[in-house]
Amino acid sequence: MYNKKECVAMLLAGGQGSRLYALTKNVAKPAVPYGGKYRIIDFPLSNCVNSGIDTVGVLTQYQPLVLNDYIGNGQAWNLDRIHGGMHILPPYQSSSGAQWYEGTANAIYQNLSFIDRYDPEYVVILSGDHIYKMDYSKMLNFHKEKNAVCTIAVLDVEYEEASRFGIMSVDEDNAITKFVEKPKVPESTLASMGIYIFSYPTLKKYLTENEMDETATKDFGKNIIPALLENKERLYAYRFEDYWKDVGTIDSLWEANMDLLSPTVSLDLYDPSWKIYSNNDSRAPHIIGKNAKIQNSMVTTGCVIDGAVEFSMISGGVTIEEGAVVTDSILMPGATVKKGAIVEYSIVGESSVIESGAHIGARPETVENKDEWGVAVVGHDVTVSSGSVVKPKEIISADM
Amino acid sequence: MSYNMTNVLGIIFANSHDEALPELASNRTMASVPFGGRFRLIDFQLSSMVNSGMSTVGIITKSNYESLLDHIGSARYWDLARSYGGLTILPPYGNIDSGLYVGKLEALRGTLGYIKKTGCEYVILADGNVVLNADYSKIIEEHIETGADITCVASTGNYSASETADAVAFETDATGRVKETILNAAKAGKYTLGLNINILSTALLESLVMDLTPRGKNVFDRDVLQAKAGKLNIRVHEYTGYYSRIHDFESYFTENMKLLDPDNLGKLILKKRPIYTKVRDDAPSKYGLDSSVNNSLVADGCIIDGVVEDSILFRGVKVAKGAVVKNCILMQDTSIGKSTIISNIITDKDVVIGDELRISSAVGSPLYIGKKRVL
Repeated sequence: MYNKKECVAMLLAGGQGSRLYALTKNVAKPAVPYGGKYRIIDFPLSNCVNSGIDTVGVLTQYQPLVLNDYIGNGQAWNLDRIHGGMHILPPYQSSSGAQWYEGTANAIYQNLSFIDRYDPEYVVILSGDHIYKMDYSKMLNFHKEKNAVCTIAVLDVEYEEASRFGIMSVDEDNAITKFVEKPKVPESTLASMGIYIFSYPTLKKYLTENEMDETATKDFGKNIIPALLENKERLYAYRFEDYWKDVGTIDSLWEANMDLLSPTVSLDLYDPSWKIYSNNDSRAPHIIGKNAKIQNSMVTTGCVIDGAVEFSMISGGVTIEEGAVVTDSILMPGATVKKGAIVEYSIVGESSVIESGAHIGARPETVENKDEWGVAVVGHDVTVSSGSVVKPKEIISADM
Repeated sequence: MSYNMTNVLGIIFANSHDEALPELASNRTMASVPFGGRFRLIDFQLSSMVNSGMSTVGIITKSNYESLLDHIGSARYWDLARSYGGLTILPPYGNIDSGLYVGKLEALRGTLGYIKKTGCEYVILADGNVVLNADYSKIIEEHIETGADITCVASTGNYSASETADAVAFETDATGRVKETILNAAKAGKYTLGLNINILSTALLESLVMDLTPRGKNVFDRDVLQAKAGKLNIRVHEYTGYYSRIHDFESYFTENMKLLDPDNLGKLILKKRPIYTKVRDDAPSKYGLDSSVNNSLVADGCIIDGVVEDSILFRGVKVAKGAVVKNCILMQDTSIGKSTIISNIITDKDVVIGDELRISSAVGSPLYIGKKRVL
């Protein structure tokens, strides 16, 4: 017997995140480390719990090992429940054959039986690619007030950026009149945040119809939303006016981390009323050594820091030896920077080792041709040997 | 074949030595006294037991145990939320007219039913005032191999009078068998000093309890370890790992401060044998543009905009701009105001020290500021 739930969340966590290159070689994008002690998926999961949604299906596909290990039974997010709770939903074989998740809509379609168990009125569709704090219950209230069948969370973006997103045109009541994926000439600046609330019967109907259409790509943005619009269903845009960041690229991942160090950015991880939960490891507090110099940085458990650190995000279990210099960089869990090594404007992956005298990345002002500059990346479990140089924009995924 | 450690029961006495730390243990048990930036003393025994493969632990407590209960919760952070065995808190109970127990043997008598029900073959009796990361599987194997009736974990060295004042010392023969047990020597010298960790079979424990308590003999150290020396095969296991024994306020301060040395911290908290504790989901600590921090142990959730040197900051401590913190232990959610200068201070949880104040104490005798005080 399953208890009925008013609202069930479905979190699309199967993305490869190919534009994160070496950082997602063996790790699904939602499991990419962020903010020192978090992984991207902590944000939508914590938002669910804080919004009162206690039934979450996590759809996995690409490289799920690290992700599955990390989310476990959902206990870290208080999602190990008797009724509902968190469920990992990988693709499965059925009597009609085995099928990978082919698109976002198809992934949900394949798990309709999971949703049916809870007989919900509403389904929230989320992705594991974004950093933001959002009360989904407010969006759900909006959805109910508007008597909508589908509500899409939107962010007012800069006009120059608009062509990177799915763009919505709305009337004075915020009813969606038009939706264009990545328009060359945007008619509006309201960008889809990839967060949808559907009234479940309508969602089920459209997903099923979409499956019948063999030409469809089985994607929410490409198929489901346009079909709803075509049939003049009640679609509404829910305006969100706080911090939200897609961390799908090296640059945006780096920026989103640096945002946490900026006093002007509104993403507050210290607010006790909206905690971001994570699967904490059991490490000692960090040690700031006798020779250390640390400013404008964040550091978490298990680190031993004896070098100079500025404007950087230092994840759990990182070692920075005396004489090493780390500036404007992200060190992922367990990374080591040895004596005299320099890390600037870089992302160093999990458990990687930067040997003494190696130099990773460079400050932008040191590069003449601005097109050649970018954040340098050392992938996970990579050793950069003594004296080696990793140039700006370079991405290293094997020892050097 | 190594011994199946799930047959070993751990019993931790949460309140023993409360009187050694009147400042910190007046509102909590000794076992729940904060230590090392994010831990409580009991975390070290619980983690040692769990990491050694044990799965059944009872905590005997008699007073002030609200903070202990809050810390332990369902015991899942120590992996002791089990459907079989797991962690059990054993508050005092007895007959209407029996009152609170005095000695350990009396407390154990009240819990014999629990002990028997666990079905465990051996029991480790441990006090809450010792910090260590012990592999009990090795010690149990030694206990079995030597055929000891009781194995007492101890460490030989030179001790001060204060260190031996509330302690058990052993004199052994060449084979390691205890000839004489000395209680509360209160005299400096070389001793084999007990770490208040004693191992015996549950059968022997039961017979000792049933034999001694009806005759008013309720004190384990005196009525067993001392009175039975020479009669029972009591042996010493010489402990060679890193440990801290908290016996007074001064030792509490110095043993905390020893962890500023990464070598010591690395010996106590090992990657393969972590120390588990209650999780609070704090964000990482943030070091501001004007901060300067050296030689300090800092837990998560701190926001530091001032100067911190030679100090231990527990979770959620705030040090405002211009503030200077030297040689201090600041517990959970302590807040230090702008341009305030403090040195040699221990603040308990939730202490608020305002702006532009100067509070210091002499080196070696730190000043304690009680829980939730506002200055």
